[in-house]
Amino acid sequence: MTLDRWIAFVFLLFCLIYGYTAFFVMDDQLAPFLKNNPVWPSTFPKVLSVGGIIVGLFVLLGFEKNVAAEKPPEINYRRLGDYKLGQALLLLGLMAAYALALHPIGFLLSTALFLIVGAVILGERNFLLVIPVALLATGGVWYLVQVVLGIFLRPLPFFLM
Amino acid sequence: MLEGILLGLSTVFSITNIMMVIGGCLIGTFIGMLPGLGPMSIIAIMIPVAIGIGDPSAALILLAGVYYGAIFGGSTSSILINAPGVASTVATSFDGYPLARQGQAGKALTVAAIASFCGGTVGAILLLIFAPMLASVALLFHSAEYFALMVVGLSAIAAFAGSGQVGKAVMMTLLGLMLATVGEGAQYNMPRFTMGIMDLQSGLSFITLSMAMFALPEAIYLVLDPTRSNSGTGQQGQIKELRISRQEAKRIFPVIGRQSIQGFLIGVLPGAGATIASFLGYAVERNIASKEEQDQFGKGSVKGLAAPEAANNAACTGSFVPLLTLGIPGSGTTAILLGALIALNVSPGPRLMVDNPQIFWSVIISMYLGNLILLVLNLPLIPYIAKILAVPRNYLIPFILFFTLMGAYIGQNNATELLMLVGLGIGATILRFADYPLAPLLIGFILGRMLEDNFSRAMQLYDGIHFITERPMTMGLLVLAVILIVLPMYRARQARLRSAEGD
Repeated sequence: MTLDRWIAFVFLLFCLIYGYTAFFVMDDQLAPFLKNNPVWPSTFPKVLSVGGIIVGLFVLLGFEKNVAAEKPPEINYRRLGDYKLGQALLLLGLMAAYALALHPIGFLLSTALFLIVGAVILGERNFLLVIPVALLATGGVWYLVQVVLGIFLRPLPFFLM
Repeated sequence: MLEGILLGLSTVFSITNIMMVIGGCLIGTFIGMLPGLGPMSIIAIMIPVAIGIGDPSAALILLAGVYYGAIFGGSTSSILINAPGVASTVATSFDGYPLARQGQAGKALTVAAIASFCGGTVGAILLLIFAPMLASVALLFHSAEYFALMVVGLSAIAAFAGSGQVGKAVMMTLLGLMLATVGEGAQYNMPRFTMGIMDLQSGLSFITLSMAMFALPEAIYLVLDPTRSNSGTGQQGQIKELRISRQEAKRIFPVIGRQSIQGFLIGVLPGAGATIASFLGYAVERNIASKEEQDQFGKGSVKGLAAPEAANNAACTGSFVPLLTLGIPGSGTTAILLGALIALNVSPGPRLMVDNPQIFWSVIISMYLGNLILLVLNLPLIPYIAKILAVPRNYLIPFILFFTLMGAYIGQNNATELLMLVGLGIGATILRFADYPLAPLLIGFILGRMLEDNFSRAMQLYDGIHFITERPMTMGLLVLAVILIVLPMYRARQARLRSAEGD
């Protein structure tokens, strides 16, 4: 089965769970006086789940002939190994690490590290350029956002606050 | 009226005011480029500065400059790095980013600037002439019509449903609509589909989803395939291609004209606003374009870029009609401006034109001045802005990722949002591998909440679904939506049959 049909399959499962919640779970939580309303919180989700199941099956069973499939894809997912997959995964990991580090170690340190490590992952080795650029950019954004605009971005690590 | 315009001009034109508008435009453009800080938040941030000035006209002029600057800045990030930070510039990235990838970033920015300027100009003229009359028409629109209008807006997905892609495009739209139901809606006091997670209580945020659907997968593609970043955006290409050819100008001017008027009329409706105007503008222009041009939409069509930009700006101007004549803020931005006006001791409404005519006229003239100065300031800056893309890949990509993260973080100060962004971004990349169009998902998400709210409101007002048959305008709009969806499919089918016969 091709990837797009696998996705349709996952979407179908999602719709089934979504629909189950809409049809059988949500209405129990509804306050009694709201039951007189012509439209319930579950009305729209019910319509969507039915529509989703129909469309999901339509794509899954391949009723539609994909004419566009003849053109080569921008990235061939069957041969991901030929691309810089490692770099992409490392960068995604770095983003997650940044999200987790932002609060404990503060904006300035985490952002500077993010920019430096990001460039290094992509193959940059000119540290004399990367480090000043990253520090300058971090300081600049922090100054603009916190000092000029007044949006708080905890700048320092937790033990210096 | 002429007397009023002259009054406005005499209030607005002074050295201080011109400096204000120039400063405002520059601040707005540069801050607006950061995804996550749209016109609404930038105006909100600038309000203390504006109120500190004391003079209502000068304050408004500053805010007008900031406003137009921010709109242009938002389009810039959509076009250059595919990161639409505001809902109304999502449609801009559909064709703006492909153009930038073909090495025509300068041209794309120029088209966007000119289309915005023309949209704002037509909007301002219409505002001068028709404001009081339109205000009463806008009130005829009830939730039933809004619901129908959102359905028409959804027809914009047809642009992404190429041959063999209809099922996928509809599937993505439904997924977007489903994601919009997460959280506590305005209509019901109960959380839906939050799975007990507190961070989902207020629903998924638009900016997180938009970064995850557009900016992040694009950045991952750039990482995966290093040749991609060099393919179109060669170092000279983007600057050389700054000018619009005569032929292109001929093609886009009718589009700009139509979309300025249509966008303005949609903008007048309180609550519909620039987002709907830009999607509708895109959908309508694609539907009336010729077959060859239609195929270009979504792949870097100048028409597809000019349409949402003109409509978006005209709609922003249009949203001043209910604000100035009725005191009803039709959009988030005008609501904040209303707050600023009240703080400056001006209360917009039917009496504004009688009590404070100089304010009424100076608002209109200063909005227009902001628009004009922006064009004058930014056209020479465009080659430099476009040079952002010439930054070496090792530096550009970490910065794109950083701005993507910042966009989602600034508004909420919530690191969970960033984890959600990464997760959704991976999902979006997988969807892109399988050639699923992602724009319909975002369109569904943006329109979903408004669609449901207006639908439930109409259902409650009419105690049933018969409002569709009872209100001719609703019926008319829904029929229009069906035509907009079915007609292209029918035409594509005919074309396929004809080519099959030819073979």
